Amino acid sequence: MICSFPRTANSTVFPDLYYKKEIELELVPQGSLAERIRAGGAGIPAFYTPSSVNTPLAEGKDTRDFDGKTYVMEYAIKADFSLVKCNLADRYGNLTYNKTARNFGPIMCTAAKTTIVQTKKIVEPGEIDPEIVVTPGIFVTKVVEVTNPEAESKLVAEDRRYPCQ
Amino acid sequence: MPITDKKIGWDRNQMAQKAALDIPDGSYVNLGIGMPELVSGFVPEGREVIYHTENGLLGMGQVPESGKEDPELINAGKKCITAIPGACFFHHADSFTMIRGSHIDICVLGAMQVSQEGDLANWSTGKPGAIPAVGGAMDLVAGVKTIFVITQHTTKHGDPKIIEECTYPLTGKGVVNRIYSNLAIIDVTDEGLFVRELAPEVTFEYLQQNTGAKLNEY
Repeated sequence: MICSFPRTANSTVFPDLYYKKEIELELVPQGSLAERIRAGGAGIPAFYTPSSVNTPLAEGKDTRDFDGKTYVMEYAIKADFSLVKCNLADRYGNLTYNKTARNFGPIMCTAAKTTIVQTKKIVEPGEIDPEIVVTPGIFVTKVVEVTNPEAESKLVAEDRRYPCQ
Repeated sequence: MPITDKKIGWDRNQMAQKAALDIPDGSYVNLGIGMPELVSGFVPEGREVIYHTENGLLGMGQVPESGKEDPELINAGKKCITAIPGACFFHHADSFTMIRGSHIDICVLGAMQVSQEGDLANWSTGKPGAIPAVGGAMDLVAGVKTIFVITQHTTKHGDPKIIEECTYPLTGKGVVNRIYSNLAIIDVTDEGLFVRELAPEVTFEYLQQNTGAKLNEY
């Protein structure tokens, strides 16, 4: 798992696998994670960033000085699948999001071979003003309408497990 | 020996208020999780400060009224918040462009340790076995123009948190500009640590006894 904050309230799956050494964790500063995803979607294989220089998270990574300041090289990330939640979608895959739930969604849509998007509503083409489209449809493979999705954190807190009983 | 007397010095709100007083009108500010969040409650009259939360909002408002929480409007600490009129939402790459690209003026962070050179350790004690987590702290200290730290002066056990050299894994090297503790406000300069203000009843000698690095007077 590549992540910046692999701890959340009531989470059990990741800690269990981590302590059993059945999953490997690559811890990345949150901004480096975002930029690695952005680079992956943008066809840029790697870049230099000031984040994590002189810390354990830069150990073993290539560094280079620009204008007298040290930067660390980070590689792009590309996924086979991305699973993204949005607010509105049309059949071209044009998306808008809801408030801070936008999150990593728009960049992750660009960085996967197959991007599957859960939307609160599928609307007709033209119903989303082209001026406010956040993710252009070219980055989206499939959209799935889920009108009233449950918050994952609520399901986890209720100890609900997949597959559903 | 650490001799911190919990009865003297500023409380958490007073520390936050001190930090808020030093944030200029018109600043874009990011607040870390925990005590730094209190700073937004003390913006002095007549000043406008725009708060950034790295999960994708510029123009973060106060906590919503009970019953008006929106699970899709949260801050980096996953607490429900509000957006002020004139706020905007954006994705993580844009959010960290603001941070890393030095567009944010001030960041207020918590600390486990701060060194006399301004090194900050605030993400891990390095204890083996614990699942490490870092969030956006390393990007914030690498890119934000001014870094304030707000922290108790000593640990729960009374050990100094402001020390010659950090023993915990670093978040960033030479990044802290000013420390707001319950005992004093301290500037980190190229010439060392300088005491800017002492809390009521705190003497310079008492402060020095509770600090693991040499302090200087202006």
